[in-house]
Amino acid sequence: MPDWRKHLDVLISNSQLQGARASDVREEVAAHLDDRYHALLAEGLLPAEAERRVLIEAQAGALSAEAGRVLRSAESLPLEPAGSAWLAGVWRDVRYGWRQLRLTPAFTLAALLSLALGIGANAAIFELLDAVRMRALPVKAPQELASIRVSDDRTGEGRGVPDLTTALFETIRARQQAFTGVAAWTVENLDLSPRGEVRNGRVMLASGNLFELLGVGAAQGRLFTPQDDRRACANPPAVVSYAYWQTEMGGRSSAIGEQIWVNRHPFVVAGVTPASFFGLEVGRRFSVAPPLCTEPLVFGENSLYDNSIGWWLGAVGRLKPGWTAGRAEAQIAAMAPAIMQATMPAKYNAAQREEYAKHRLAVVPAGTGFSRLRNQYDRPFWFLLGLSALVLLIACANLANLMLARAAARTREMAVRLALGASRSRLLRQLMAESLLLALLGATAGTILAQFFGRALVPFLGSARAHLFLDLHVDWRVLAFTATLAAITCLLFGLSPALAGSRVAPAEAMKAGGRGVVASRSGFAMRRGLVAAQIALSLSLVVAALLFARTFRNLLTQDAGFDAVHVITVNADFAALNLPAAQRVPFKQRLTEAARVLPGIEALARALAGPVNGGNWNDQVNVPLAGTVKLWSWFDAVSPGYFAAIHAPLIAGRDFTDSDSAGAPLVAIISHAFAIKMFHDPAPIGKTFGVIQYGDKPDVLYQVVGVAADVKYEALRSGFDPVAYLPDMQAPEPQSSATLMVRTTQPPDVIIPELRRALLQVNPGLALQFSLLKDDVADGLVSERLMAMLAGFFGVLAIVLAVVGLYGVIAYMVARRTNEIGIRMALGAGRRQIVALVMKEVCAICGIGLIAGVALALAASPAARSLLFGLRATDPATLGIACLGVGAVALLAACLPALRAARLDPMVALHED
Amino acid sequence: MHLPFNQELKKGSAELLILSILESRPRHGYEISRQIEERSQGVLKFNVATFYPLLYRMEQRGLVQGRWVEKPNQRRRRYYRLTRAGRAVLKQQRGAWKEFAAAMNQITEPENA
Repeated sequence: MPDWRKHLDVLISNSQLQGARASDVREEVAAHLDDRYHALLAEGLLPAEAERRVLIEAQAGALSAEAGRVLRSAESLPLEPAGSAWLAGVWRDVRYGWRQLRLTPAFTLAALLSLALGIGANAAIFELLDAVRMRALPVKAPQELASIRVSDDRTGEGRGVPDLTTALFETIRARQQAFTGVAAWTVENLDLSPRGEVRNGRVMLASGNLFELLGVGAAQGRLFTPQDDRRACANPPAVVSYAYWQTEMGGRSSAIGEQIWVNRHPFVVAGVTPASFFGLEVGRRFSVAPPLCTEPLVFGENSLYDNSIGWWLGAVGRLKPGWTAGRAEAQIAAMAPAIMQATMPAKYNAAQREEYAKHRLAVVPAGTGFSRLRNQYDRPFWFLLGLSALVLLIACANLANLMLARAAARTREMAVRLALGASRSRLLRQLMAESLLLALLGATAGTILAQFFGRALVPFLGSARAHLFLDLHVDWRVLAFTATLAAITCLLFGLSPALAGSRVAPAEAMKAGGRGVVASRSGFAMRRGLVAAQIALSLSLVVAALLFARTFRNLLTQDAGFDAVHVITVNADFAALNLPAAQRVPFKQRLTEAARVLPGIEALARALAGPVNGGNWNDQVNVPLAGTVKLWSWFDAVSPGYFAAIHAPLIAGRDFTDSDSAGAPLVAIISHAFAIKMFHDPAPIGKTFGVIQYGDKPDVLYQVVGVAADVKYEALRSGFDPVAYLPDMQAPEPQSSATLMVRTTQPPDVIIPELRRALLQVNPGLALQFSLLKDDVADGLVSERLMAMLAGFFGVLAIVLAVVGLYGVIAYMVARRTNEIGIRMALGAGRRQIVALVMKEVCAICGIGLIAGVALALAASPAARSLLFGLRATDPATLGIACLGVGAVALLAACLPALRAARLDPMVALHED
Repeated sequence: MHLPFNQELKKGSAELLILSILESRPRHGYEISRQIEERSQGVLKFNVATFYPLLYRMEQRGLVQGRWVEKPNQRRRRYYRLTRAGRAVLKQQRGAWKEFAAAMNQITEPENA
């Protein structure tokens, strides 16, 4: 019988059909021609004549161009799209991929879960970075905003946003030409309660033009204007945030005109800001905003408004059209010397004046707002993003492994399709479509998961005292980030299996009973390599987790020189009582005695700052006789019994007594570090040191009466800095507040009500605030806690993913070598040898993975260095523990398939294909 | 006698022929062309190069649907059946053809004096 196909090939090639569609047509038409040929033979024609007739009929008016077009567009099978139908082809691939995924729900679920976790973790960290660093303030044209500040270290008193003094702000505002307007602002945590216990809220003091400059309108009532912000303003209006209006004032429109309280001073609510406006400070949301002119009213004797060395203001301006921050800085820098001269504080001495005159002014873009979080979390966030990227990489390696296994299982299918005429690029695209689908679904689930992760993380960024408010929403940056992640992951886990899967030699694949290239040696080497890479990556994650956990533990358990457990800090503010300075110390003593008589009080003392408690007061000191020795020291003003209350031993001399009071000789207790640094003497009892004063006033001299053991002062991370303790009863200007450190044997919920009752009995006008010293101390460790927690979470996730990968590969290896194992057993190999055979493989993979992991961890260690405490990033013990842990878990995971191999029945194994 | 199927006629009537042949049951390509030839007693005849494009076009338009069918000891064949749309078109074209043929007859029959 003639072979019609070669005639048909010409016909089909003219029609530009390819692959399976062409073979379909070929088969159908060939059958037709066969039938026709046999019919002609039956009519009595000779074979040669019949063939000639058939060919004439087939070629008579051979397929015209139109027929070719019809054939191409009439395709109905999903195998080979023509160029113009490419998109439709992709859609078909995706649908086909979806069916494939639905056929293997366990695989799909595992793949989606690991992808969603990986992408979700990344997206959550990125969302935080986005919210803290990148998002523009919700105000008009935020890109035009810039802040102006002194760019060097400043001498004086600081508070709030310590960029400028009032005089500097006003002079800059008057002389600058770069901005259409400049506004000033600052934020403080202030008491918003009218009476009784203190209830702190975020208060934003703002110059009258701030809202107008930002383009923020009122949601209710009106926002204040420059007319409301005049020096020594009386009966001032205040603006409240939308959140405060909703939560504290019930969202009533009658709230306008109501009275609210800031530091026990009354304000009238003039208006409410829009819901989207949280202030200028990223991560915090203001509650109440009074005009700047009310600062002297709110802060009373602590006011910095007219203090020429009081640094308390931030300045924000809107650049004129065509101006950039750089050009504005050039303009303002040029006039900086004149501005400094015009605002020279009279309080400074010659050296301080010289320093002040040299201050430079900087202009920086402020479109993304201001944030302390940025400095605090910048490094941790980037580091965490790196860690979560590693988790995603591990998830990708895992998926690539699973996809390779699938590709191996589908070798025969691929071979058949290639034989039927599908092109290799066609198969590649199909396999990639499946990966793309997984990546897309994973990214979608990851984005949803990221919302939960992100929201769960925000509280860990803040502390008990400073609740954070971060507006986490999916903006274009987050979407772009997750889309990029999805694309990268898709390429990472999808491409190599697809390449391997489509590199099938059909004939061999069919012969090998389903074992093609993917299942071959090179394919398996790739899978082993992937698992080794997973082990390496998870080892470095586990190392990071251990390093951060140990850092956190080191910080918490280090000997900071004091014992914070069982100490309650009570802040009693009595500014509202308007006591004259002379009555303040006696009043503080009355408060102290009222608390001391309560049952369960072990020790009790007053302190201005207390250890590691956020307060800081430093001054420059010198030793008169030593001549040139000058040093910066921390200071605290304490009452007798302070060292007993915090369990910091006195190592020489005596404690303060009630006779160290105003009028008595000025005395001080110094820390051990102070004694060594200043006096080179561990017990310089009786020696004196001077505290350098502003202006040309002489140094104030103190006589050392005691030396206390070193106590951490500023932060747990800092070293033991020199500290000088002065008796609070000798303070020249006693504060109208007292902080009591109460060491008690009673649980806090028992003793705090007692303390409250006893103190309010002294005077009901007190503003009281209670906290546990250990909580205050732990508050300083939020970023360390976050790192330890997240790194730990990522580490566990990494191990789980790596173990799943290892298990899969070993189980696959055992299945692949069943036949060989059977032969070995038949030849006399015992179970032990079989287990050894499998474990040898496991050990090789693990060994390579662990070595690579150690190298990776060492290479990444410089990035972690600044985040650690009390150990080095290359800590050998940590590396060792991590190796042991990961190795042990990996071996355990491999045990199951190894034991299964050992239990094989040789007869059954030998019959395996 | 072979009547050459010119383009105009083909467009109008070839589809109708194929639809009519498939009305009773699904058939494969060769069977369809045989049926047309036989029922017209050899007057109507397709050649392969025009028949299959026509069939594929009808499939693309959803009038017929092809499906590979394997039967024991036979080569597999692509069988075509009428779709619901095909059935509707058949009904409509058949009506139009009858009118057309009747009109043709009216004119081409010799007039009875």
